[in-house]
Amino acid sequence: MSEEFKFNDENLAKAKEIIARYPEGRQQSAVLPLLDIAQRQNEGHASEAVIEAVAKMLDMPRIRVTEVATFYTMINTKPVGKYHLQCCTTTPCWLRGSGDVVDAMRKHLGIDFGETTPDGLFSMLEVECLGGCVNAPILQVNDDFYEDLDAASVVKLLEAFKAGTPPEPGTQIDRQTSAPAGEITTLQDLEFAKG
Amino acid sequence: MPKLTINGKEVEVDAGLTVLQACEQNGIEIPRFCYHERLSIAGNCRMCLVEVKPGPPKPAASCALPVAEGMEVMTDTPMVKKARNGVMEFLLINHPLDCPICDQGGECDLQDQAMAYGYDGSRYEENKRAVKEKYMGPLVKTIMTRCIHCTRCVRFVSEVAGVDDIGLVNRGEGAEITTLERAISSELSGNVIDLCPVGALTSKPYAFTARSWELTKTESIDVMDALGSNIRVDARGNEVMRVLPRLHEDINEEWISDKTRFACDGLRRQRLDKPYLRNKDGKLAPVTWGDAFAAIAEKIKSAGAGKVAAIAGDLCDVESMYALKQLMAAIGSPNLDCRQDGAALDPSVRGSYLFNSTIAGIEEADACLLIGTNPRSEAPLIAARLRKRWLQGGFTAGVVGPQVDLTFDTEYLGAGPDTLEAIRAGNHPFAEKLKQADRPMLILGMGALTRPDGAAVLRAARQVAESTGMISGDWNGFNVLHTAAARVGGLDIGFVPGEGGKDTAAILDGAESGDVKVVYLLGADELDTAKLKNAFVIYQGHHGDAGAHAADVILPGAAYTEKNGLYVNTEGRVQAGFRASFPPGDAREDWAIVRALSEALGDALPFDTQDALREKLRADVPGFLAIDTIEAAEWGDFGRAGDMRADPFVSAVPNFYMTDPISRASETMAKCVDELSAAADGATGTHG
Repeated sequence: MSEEFKFNDENLAKAKEIIARYPEGRQQSAVLPLLDIAQRQNEGHASEAVIEAVAKMLDMPRIRVTEVATFYTMINTKPVGKYHLQCCTTTPCWLRGSGDVVDAMRKHLGIDFGETTPDGLFSMLEVECLGGCVNAPILQVNDDFYEDLDAASVVKLLEAFKAGTPPEPGTQIDRQTSAPAGEITTLQDLEFAKG
Repeated sequence: MPKLTINGKEVEVDAGLTVLQACEQNGIEIPRFCYHERLSIAGNCRMCLVEVKPGPPKPAASCALPVAEGMEVMTDTPMVKKARNGVMEFLLINHPLDCPICDQGGECDLQDQAMAYGYDGSRYEENKRAVKEKYMGPLVKTIMTRCIHCTRCVRFVSEVAGVDDIGLVNRGEGAEITTLERAISSELSGNVIDLCPVGALTSKPYAFTARSWELTKTESIDVMDALGSNIRVDARGNEVMRVLPRLHEDINEEWISDKTRFACDGLRRQRLDKPYLRNKDGKLAPVTWGDAFAAIAEKIKSAGAGKVAAIAGDLCDVESMYALKQLMAAIGSPNLDCRQDGAALDPSVRGSYLFNSTIAGIEEADACLLIGTNPRSEAPLIAARLRKRWLQGGFTAGVVGPQVDLTFDTEYLGAGPDTLEAIRAGNHPFAEKLKQADRPMLILGMGALTRPDGAAVLRAARQVAESTGMISGDWNGFNVLHTAAARVGGLDIGFVPGEGGKDTAAILDGAESGDVKVVYLLGADELDTAKLKNAFVIYQGHHGDAGAHAADVILPGAAYTEKNGLYVNTEGRVQAGFRASFPPGDAREDWAIVRALSEALGDALPFDTQDALREKLRADVPGFLAIDTIEAAEWGDFGRAGDMRADPFVSAVPNFYMTDPISRASETMAKCVDELSAAADGATGTHG
C-alpha cells in the first residue's frame, strides 16, 4: 500500500458521531456510513487505504471491511470518474428502453461497465433497481437521478456534463416529477384533478 | 422435548436441535455442503432442503430450522427429490468438470452427492465462470473456479483458528473467497483443506502426487507435539504421502496442526539408512550392523559401567526407551535421562508432570493461568481448545510469560517469576480471580521448567494450584504442557537417573570433562552436542540431524510412521501408533536395535518380540495404563524450595514449524518459516 488515508477534521467528527450511535462493542455497525464518508473524501474511491483506515477506526479485521465494501455497488473499490454513471438495467427500466440508453452511452463515451474514460470525467456501472421505476429508465449520476431518458437525451445529458453545465436532476421530459406525462388521461371528471 | 415425525416415524429429540441434526440422530442422511457440526450455521448452500409441515408449501433448509412440537418432516418426497436435483444442478452450473485432474477426486463431497442426489446430465450450455487463483500461503493450494461458496473455510479460520484472514468478497456470481493474497496466519490452516467440500482448497505439498484410492491408510498417533493427536497416515508403497486427522473428541477433535499434517515430507529427506562408524580419518563410513555393535561393545566394556550414559530424545516410543533402560541396567549404569531439555520434572509424583485437567477438561474450567507458555506454538490445539472455552463466555485467562496473540482475550500479568511469586503469595489480584473460580486451572509451559530455577518455579506453581483451589475432589487444574511426545512416557517408565546417576546436564558436563566416556543418544538432537566431543557418542535415530553429526556410531532407527509404538501424551493417555511404511534401507525398529545390541554386549534382554516387551513393561511399571484411558494422577509434594531468578519466562518453542529432526528436514516447514519471516518483515513496513 503506497498511500495512506486520513479522515479530514470535518469527516472525522462526522465519523465519531456515527460511531457513537451504536452501543459499546458494536462499533462495527458503523462500517457502511464510514466507508461512504471516506469514499466521498477520496474522490469517490474506497481504496485499500480507505478500507484500512476504516478497519482501524472500527477495530475490525481488514477482510471484514473488504467484504462489506465489495458487496455493495455504492462503494467503489476501483477509482471512478468525476461523473459516476450508474445505469439501472433491472426489468422495469429495461422494458422502458434502458438497453438503448446504455448502448448510446457506450457508443458516445467509448467505455463499458466498470470502465472510466481516459479524461477521468465519466465512469459507468451497471446497477440493480434504483427504486425510480415510475420514471424509468433511470441514470444515477453521482448522487442525482436523471429520469425518463432515451438514447438521444442521454447523449445530450453527457454533453452537458462535459461542458460543465449539468441540467437539473429529475425527469428529462415534459412532466411534473412523476405525474403522468402529457395530458391527463384519467380522472378527468373530477374537479380537483383539473386544477 | 419436542415430538415430531420424520418420514412418518414419530421421534422425540432435544429442544434446540435443528431439523438436520434431528434427522441425523435418527439415521436419516441429509446432504449438505455448508453445514458443519463444529462451525456456526450459514445456511447458504441450500443442499439440505426438506419438506416441512406446517409452513409455507416450499422446501426449507433443514440446517437452519429448529425443531418444533408437532412438526412433520419429510425427506423422501418428490418435492425434496426435485429440490435436491435443482440445487445440485445450480451448484454444478459453475463447477468445472475437471474431476479427473482434481486432487479432491475420490474424496469429494460434491462428487459423491452429485452421484447420489443430482441429475444425470446438465441442461446448461452457456459459458461457466472462471475465478483467479488466490494465494493462501505455502500450505493451501487454491483452484477457486471449483469453489461453491459454502464459507466453511471462512468460518473455520475466524471461529476455530481465531484469525480473521479469509473472507468472501463481492457478491452473487462475482463472489470469491480470498485472503487478500496473504498467507493464512494460523497454525491450524491445513484444516480448511479437509473442510472444503470440493477441490477449491487442496494441499499444496501433496498436489498431483497421488490419488486417494491408491493410498494405504494407517491409523496412528502424531509425535510432532505432546498432544498425541490421532492421525491417519496415508502411504503409497513405502512412501508417506500425507497425514490426515482422525476424530478424537478428547484430544484433537477433528483438527490437527500444520506441523502434524505437513511435516511428513521430512520423512523422505536426511534419512539414516545404514549403520555408520567414524573411521580413523574422523569420517563416518557405512559399516555392517555387526561391526557397529562390535565397536560399541568394545567401547562400553573399556569405559566401565559408571562412565556410560544414555539420553532419550523427544520422539521416542515407550518401548525403545524401556529397552534402553533395561540395557543400561544390564550394563550397570545409573546415568540415564529422558529430559534432554533439562526440565525440572521427575517421576516421583505422577500428577506433577501431567496435564491433569485433561484437554477436554479445559472446557469445564472458568479461569486459567498460563505460565511460561505459548500454546499457539507449543500445542496449537490447546490454544484452539482455550479459545473454544473463551468463546462460550465466563472465562478469564491470565498470562505470566511471553506476551503473544493467543487468539483469545487474556490478561497480561507479567513476564517473569516475580509475578508468579505475587500470585503464589496471594498479593496479586489475579490470585483472587482464581480463588473465586469454580474450576480454576493453570498451564505450566516447558519454558518455565527448563530454566536453572525450574524446580522452584514448579514448586511455586504447585503452591498456586493448592492455594487457589485448583486441587479438589474431582478436579485437578494443575497442568504441565509438554512439548515432546516422548516425555511423559519416559517419566512414566522412569527413564531418569538412578541412585547416584547423572542427569542430562551432568552427562554433558561429564562428557566434556571425561567423567562420561560413552553417551548413547536415543533420538536426542536438541542438546548441546559441542560438549560431547571428548566422549564416544552412539546415535540411534532416523535423521541426520545434530545428534548424528556428533556421533561416532550411528544406528539407523525408524521414524514414528515406520514402527508400532506406544506414546503417552501430555495428559498421561497411552496411545498406540502403527506402522504405515517400513524404515529405509538397513534401518530397523528402535526397540529391536537395542535388543540386538544387548546380545552383542553378551547379555540379551529377555524379550524377543514387541509383545513380549510390552508384557514385561506392564509387569514392570504397574501404573502403566491401558490404551486410551485416563486416570486421575496422584498428588503430593513436589518441586524444590529455592529462589526464582528475575529473568522473564520464554516459550520453549520459539519456532512452531521446526522443532524436531523430521520438521527440520521438511521442505514444506522451511517454506512456512520463510513465509513467517516475510510476514514479520512486512510488519516493519518494508512490503509493497
